Formats: sequence, C-alpha cells, structure tokens
Amino acid sequence: MFASLDILPIDVILGVVVFWLVLGMSGLVLRNARQITQFIFPLGALGSLVLAIAALPGLSEVNIAILPLGLPDLPFHLRLDALSAFFLLLLGAASIGISLFSAGYFRHMKMVELGPLCLEYHLFLASMALVFLADDAYMFMVAWEAMALSSYFLVTTDHDQPEVRRAGFLYLLIAHVGAIAILMSFGVMHGGHGDYSFASMREANLSNFWASVAFFLALFGFGAKAGLLPVHVWLPEAHPAAPSPVSAMMSGIMLKTAIYGILRVSFDLLGTQLWWWGAFALALGLVTALFGVIFAAVQVDMKRLLAYSSIENIGIIMVGIGLTIIFHTSGKEALAALSLTAALYHAINHAFMKGLLFLGTGSILHATGERHLGKLGGLIHKMPKVALFMLIGSLALAGLPPLNGFVSEWLMLQAFLLSPGLPQPYINMLVPIAAAALALAAALAAFVMVKFYGVIFLGQPRDAGITAHDAGLWERIGMLCMVLGCIALGLFPTFVILHLDFVTNMLVQSSLGSSAVQSGWLLLTPIQAERASYGPLILMSIIVIGVLLTMLTVKRFYHGRLRRGPAWDCGFPEQSARMQDTAEGFGQPIRQIFEWFVGVVRKAPTPFDKHPHFHSEIHDRLWHLIYVPIKRANDMIGYQIGKLQHGRIHAYLLYSFVTLLALLAFVQ
Amino acid sequence: MSFSAIFLQLIQNLLVLLAAPLLLGWVNQCRAWMQGRRGAGGVLQPYRNLIKLFHKDAVLANNASPLFRVTPYILFACMWLAAALVPVLATNLPLSPAVDVIALVGIFALARVFIALAAMDIGTAFGSLGARREMLVGFLAEPALLMVLFTASTISHSTSLITIVETLAHKQFMLYPSMAFAAVAFLMILLAENARVPVDNPSTHLELTMIHEAMILEYSARHLALIEWASTLKLLAYMTIGIALFVPYGIAEAGNWGGLPLAVLLLTLKLLLGGAGLALIETVSAKMRIFRVPEFMGTAFLLAVLGLLTHFLLEV
Repeated sequence: MFASLDILPIDVILGVVVFWLVLGMSGLVLRNARQITQFIFPLGALGSLVLAIAALPGLSEVNIAILPLGLPDLPFHLRLDALSAFFLLLLGAASIGISLFSAGYFRHMKMVELGPLCLEYHLFLASMALVFLADDAYMFMVAWEAMALSSYFLVTTDHDQPEVRRAGFLYLLIAHVGAIAILMSFGVMHGGHGDYSFASMREANLSNFWASVAFFLALFGFGAKAGLLPVHVWLPEAHPAAPSPVSAMMSGIMLKTAIYGILRVSFDLLGTQLWWWGAFALALGLVTALFGVIFAAVQVDMKRLLAYSSIENIGIIMVGIGLTIIFHTSGKEALAALSLTAALYHAINHAFMKGLLFLGTGSILHATGERHLGKLGGLIHKMPKVALFMLIGSLALAGLPPLNGFVSEWLMLQAFLLSPGLPQPYINMLVPIAAAALALAAALAAFVMVKFYGVIFLGQPRDAGITAHDAGLWERIGMLCMVLGCIALGLFPTFVILHLDFVTNMLVQSSLGSSAVQSGWLLLTPIQAERASYGPLILMSIIVIGVLLTMLTVKRFYHGRLRRGPAWDCGFPEQSARMQDTAEGFGQPIRQIFEWFVGVVRKAPTPFDKHPHFHSEIHDRLWHLIYVPIKRANDMIGYQIGKLQHGRIHAYLLYSFVTLLALLAFVQ
Repeated sequence: MSFSAIFLQLIQNLLVLLAAPLLLGWVNQCRAWMQGRRGAGGVLQPYRNLIKLFHKDAVLANNASPLFRVTPYILFACMWLAAALVPVLATNLPLSPAVDVIALVGIFALARVFIALAAMDIGTAFGSLGARREMLVGFLAEPALLMVLFTASTISHSTSLITIVETLAHKQFMLYPSMAFAAVAFLMILLAENARVPVDNPSTHLELTMIHEAMILEYSARHLALIEWASTLKLLAYMTIGIALFVPYGIAEAGNWGGLPLAVLLLTLKLLLGGAGLALIETVSAKMRIFRVPEFMGTAFLLAVLGLLTHFLLEV
C-alpha cells in the first residue's frame, strides 16, 4: 500500500519516531495536564498503531536508509529487515494499549512532573524503535543508551522515595555494565578494519575463538538488559519502583530489545555458530526460568512477583534460542525454525500478557494505593472489569489453553520432543531433563498465577481500611487492547506463524509456514499433521459449547431455587478475613520445598516473648554470592588506590617522573 | 471427517458422561467388599447422590462472585472434553486433531486453576488451604504427567493420542523399559490427581487432611453435583488414558464397526479390573501427611523423567 505512493515502510517508521519525539517535546511546552494526558498519549498510541502497520510489509522486504546525522564521516545506518520488522511490530502492537492506559493513569500527576515524564516516555518509545532499526554499532549504542537513560528517568519518577532512587541507580549501573559488554562485543566483531557498520561485521571472518568471545560478551551484555542470571538483580527492584505503565513497557517491550540483540548478534552478525553456545544458552535459560518462577512464588509484593515472572519468561525465550542454535548447528533446519518460532512467539506473547498484568497492577494501585498482597483481597467485587481482564491475563501467563501463553509453550515442547537424533550424545541425554525442567517451570507458573489472582481479587478484603473503585475509561481501553491481543494470539496461531516465517527464513533459512497450515488455518501442525496438531479455536468452542449446554440443561430440568447465606466453612461460626491464606501462606509450600534454594531468614519468637513477633525474609543468594564480594573487592581496591593520594606534592611529582620514565622505556 | 466419525464422537461423548458415575460406584463397591462392608447402595449409588443433589436448593455464600458460580460449569465442560477425547473404543475421533496430549494436560490444568480460584473466592480458611494444597499437588503432577505422555510420544513419534494408541496397539508386543517407569509414575499421578488415598481421601471431611474436599466445601446442590460428576469424569479420563497408554490392545480401528462390540467388552473388562485395583490400593495404604505429598509427587516426577531418559538412552 505504500508502494503506490513510493514511500518505503522504513520512511513511515522514521516518521513515527520523529512524531513521537515531537509529541514528547510538546509535553514540555503544554501547560495543561489534561491536554497532555487526553491528547498526547492517545496520539502516541496512534503512532504505535501506524508503526505496527508499517512494520508488516517490512517483514518481507529489506529497506536501507542512511541518515546524514551523527558525526562527520560517520552517518547513521538504518536497516529494516524481517527481524527488525518483527520486533517493531511487537513494539507497536503492545505499546498501543500501554499508551492508551497511560492517558488515564497519569491523569492525576502534578504538571511539574508530567511534562518531563511525557518527554521521557516518548523518547523511550522512539529509542526502542531506533534500536531495532540500527545498522551500525554507533547508531545502535546511541539508541541503546538513549533507551537506558530515558527508562532510568521513568523508573525514578517517584524519586522522593529513597528505595526508588536506589532501584534506579542499580538499574542504571547494571545497564551500563551491560552496555560496555555489548560495545566490546561489537569491537570484537568488527574484526579490526575500523568499519563499525553491521554490513562489514557480517563480512568479517572471525575464528571460532573470537566468535565465541563476541557471542559471550553479547550474551552477557544483552543478558543484563533481559534479566538473565546472574545479572537479573535490577529487575525485581526497578519494576516495582516504576509507574505501572512504565513497568509494562519495560517488562513487555524493553526486555525484548535484549532478545533482539542476542538474535541479531548470534544469527546475523556472527557468520559462524557453535553448538555448545546453544547448550550454554539452553542451560542458562532453564536455570533462569526455574529461578524466576520459584522466587515469584514466594513474593508478597504484586509488582515484584510479576518482575520475577518476567525473569522466568525471558528464561523460557532463551531456552528456545538455545535450542535453535543447537538445531541450526546440527543442520536440522526445520527443527531450528520450530524452536525459533516458539521463542519469537513467546516474546510477543509475553509482551501482551505481562503488559496487561502490569497495567492491571497500575489500576489496583490507583484504586487502593496498596502494592502489598497482604492488604488486598476481594477486589473482584469492587473492580469487576479489571478483575475480568486480569483473569484472562493470569490464565494466559499460567500457560493455559486456549490462550496465547499455551501456544508458545506447546511449540517449545514440540521442539523438545522432536530432538532425538542430534549428533551430540550428551545433548541428546540432556534434552529430556531440559524438557522436564521446562514443564516444571510452566506448572509452577500456574501456581504463581493462582496465588497472584486469588490473593488480590478473591476472598475477603484483608484490610478493611482499603477502598477501591473500578478503573477509568482510558485505563479500561488500554487493558482491553492487551486482552484482545492475548486472545487473538491464542486463538489464531496459524496467522501469526505465517508472519514469523519471514524471520525464521532470514535467520535459519527454513520456516514452518507451509506445513503449519497444511490442515487449514484451524489446526496448527508444526511438522506433520499426524505428528502433532493443535486447534485452539476448536478447543475453545467445544469448552464454550459444553458450558452452555450444561447451563441450559441444568436450567431446563432444575428448579433454580437459590438463596444466599453466610459461608459454611465446616460450620465454624467465627470467620474473619485474617483466617484466609495470606500471600506468604500461599507460597509457604514452595518455600518449604525449595528452602535450600531461596535463602530464608527467620526470626521466630521464644515461648516467653511478651509480644511474640514472627518475621521471615526471602533472600536472593546470588546477591551474597556475587554482588557483595564484587562490592567488597571494589571497596578494597578503592581504598588501596586511595593510599596513593595523600596530598604531598613531592609524591605526586615522583609519580609523574616514574610515569615519564616508564613511557620513555615503552617508546624505546 | 466423515459422518460416521462424528457419530462415533457423539456416542463416546454421551457414553463417558453416563458411564463415569458407574465407574466410581464400582470402585466404591469394591472398596466396601475388600474392607468387609456391604457397601451403601451398590454400584448405582453415585447416580442417586447426583439426583439428590440436583433436587436440593442451592445455597451460596454471601460474598460469592460470578467466578464461583461459573466454575462448576467450566470444570464440568473441561472434564467432559478430556474424557471424550481419549480414544477408548475406536481411533477415529474427529475432535482428536484439535487436542493433543499436551493440550490435554493443559485442559486438566485449566480445570485445576479454576477450581482453586473458586475455592479462594469465598475467603474461608479451608477454601484457601485446599487451593494451596491442590496447586502444590498440581505443580508436580502436571509435569510428571507430561513426561509420561512424552515417553509414549517419543516411542510413537507423535503427540496425537490417536497415533500413540494406534502405534502402541499395533506394534508387536514388546516390553519397553521406559514404559514400565512411566506406568509406575502414571499410577502415582492418577492417585494424586483424583484425590485418592494415599494423597487425599475422597470420603473424609476431617478438616485438616482435606485437599479436594476442602476446595468444594462451599458448594451445594447443582453446583456440587456438577463438580462431583466432573470428578467421576476425571477419574474415567485418567483410567482410560492409562488403558490407552499401557494396555491399548483390542481397540477398534478407524471405520471398523465390526470390532466395536469386542472393543466395548474389552474396555469394560479393563475398567472393572482397573477399578478393583484402585480400590485395592486404597484399602491397603494409609493416607500420608501433607508434607510427604511433595516427596511422593517428586518421586513420580523423577520416575517419569527416568522413563523418558531410558527411552532416549536405550530405545532410540
């Protein structure tokens, strides 16, 4: 549709980027909070929609653009190919709902904060789009840093609270450690001829050793952004600190920029791949997934719980990527396409479901002012619409049919099932164990979601002082967009996979498309119809028909008498809200089973305490194993270096003299 | 998809719906015999219970939400679908391509999540206790069941139940060591998932040991009837999955109407034997402490993984 006007998709996308920047700037100029929330954010959502539509034709064609910006002789190279287009599509589609939600969410903010926030928000969107478009290391790093900084400012919106400042600093620190690793990875990949464009990196012929160095640097650097172990610690701090739409954007979309980076480096820029990279990524993904879900099960803060769940989902995506590398290097292209499709599908699923849940927590925060699960409860009566949306999001995240989370898990398990016959015997043996671990993580996700939804929305209110009201119109529209995304991705997987084909064709030179739709669009058949098939729409309609049929039959033959009364509860007369499970109580079995894993610190009262008080805390052991020693070493080195500086001028002259001598010796 | 296949599917749908309470009655009657009792009402007692429940007035707790009211129907529909999907008589069910074994496990999980959420809805102590325990059993039982099904899937190179059954039924009789592991694991999962002794006791209302019963305490009348019926459907589904995986012999092939009477006869025999076996297990074992349950389920999970590993190591 753009061809007739002679406008390339990349031009439209750049137009949207400029549009977002202008919107952000106008937030600074406008003097009315109503104007910003009622016009700027919905216009931003319109930009997202245009971006998503423009990215669709971008899947099947390659556009290149060179911007005459940047440094002299170093223009910005941009390129829109299938991989970029897929992630731009994800960005556009998922941010529509988030921007619409923001229009309602930020309504009550003070003008002083709203202007800069509007700028940061749209700068964040624009920089993510540029990350996906960048075709040289320079452009990429500029966009990457703009993304990190704008999101840092968004995270620290409530900077008057010390823990928010602390979370923001931790985020900034790890983001920059990661950025350095990415920069070094680009340094290795460009092969020493001074041209940092991606095109020349694709040409560079690296030895296996240097390719591995580049891969692992990139894995570490992008892992720091994605929340892979052990650089995940910022995620559970920054996500609760940020305003909810920002959490949704970071968890739903920004984490995917890291997935994009890993895919771009390992499949596109590096010409070679080694199978043990895949094995490493697979193991790392599994450990991350299990870690994330176990910690999610024991959390008591609703946004922190979702943050750990994001770590889990990133782990699952990494499992898919690792499996793809293993298959790709073993020459099993069809299977590589299957597992890559599963990973990409999970990436876009996660954008919608986690975005939806974070938006929902925003509405709850708005209505109740409470993030602690121990004070919520019974919100389904006060916020029925939000409760319905969140139910769909929770079921999707729990990986239940017929919603979208199940589709990607199904594809991933299929990839595992088809893996016998790999050339490496050890991998062959590890595959069943990996499949078991993945299944365990998926089942635990259901536990986490029952806890999340049950404690927030069901039961009786745990704190009588909390009042709540349903979400406003903008917030509901925003969430509805995400819900529709979840349902559509769940019920029509064949259409989605047809579009993912362009990406798999580009990265692993194979695709599912032709076989995926061989039995019609109703049935998803990744390899062959007799091997595996799944028809979510059929499944859904049968369950719905079953429910309706049962209801009608019961209505027809049953007298329909119904009365209300107090709860039975085995005849126990005294019932109070405090007798229900708390969030800690619900997670207690998991804490008990995985006690060796989740460092629990308990303070139990003695029998003689006048005011008995029980206290237990969950600790991330990795924090003590890795971060505390690094901090100590850093302090110690700083202290030792500090000794050099004691303010005596002759000592400084001596330093200069010694340096001069050393340099002279070096030059000689 | 031929007309006869749809007809067969409808027959199976109706058959499982009507026969499921009978299986429970048979298990209960066997258990009574083994424990030296006469048994209450014979094998037809579950039907009488259902009729009685359908006649009663429903009582809802004051703060029950719509989720609480709709859950029995969702549960019933899920279990009905699950039981109707397993190829028990013949192997050409038109619904089967839409739901493979992974989706089947997903349907069980969907039902579990809904009943656990409904249990938390009223906000009583027992409800959330039951929900927590059910999810605890579930998070280990679900991957274990998946691993059992994966073992069968890798043997038959398919996750479609029909292909699995056809492969296993028509292969030369051959002892798969992996399937032996899987069978033990499956038995343990069956006991746990259907709230049987030693994991749970279906006939207790002794508060502190309940799992399933604790979740449905607040339900009455038609809602309770639907849940009870769904439980019998679940038991039937699990039994037939076990039969389909481990003793599929005698199933009627696609379009083979002549083989159907023999298939019905054999299936009835297998279910009678299976039900008696279940009653025997329940009679000779005692209920475990709740904190032994994760160990029990963990054992099942490990056995299932071991089965899959055995297959990858020895049989590929």
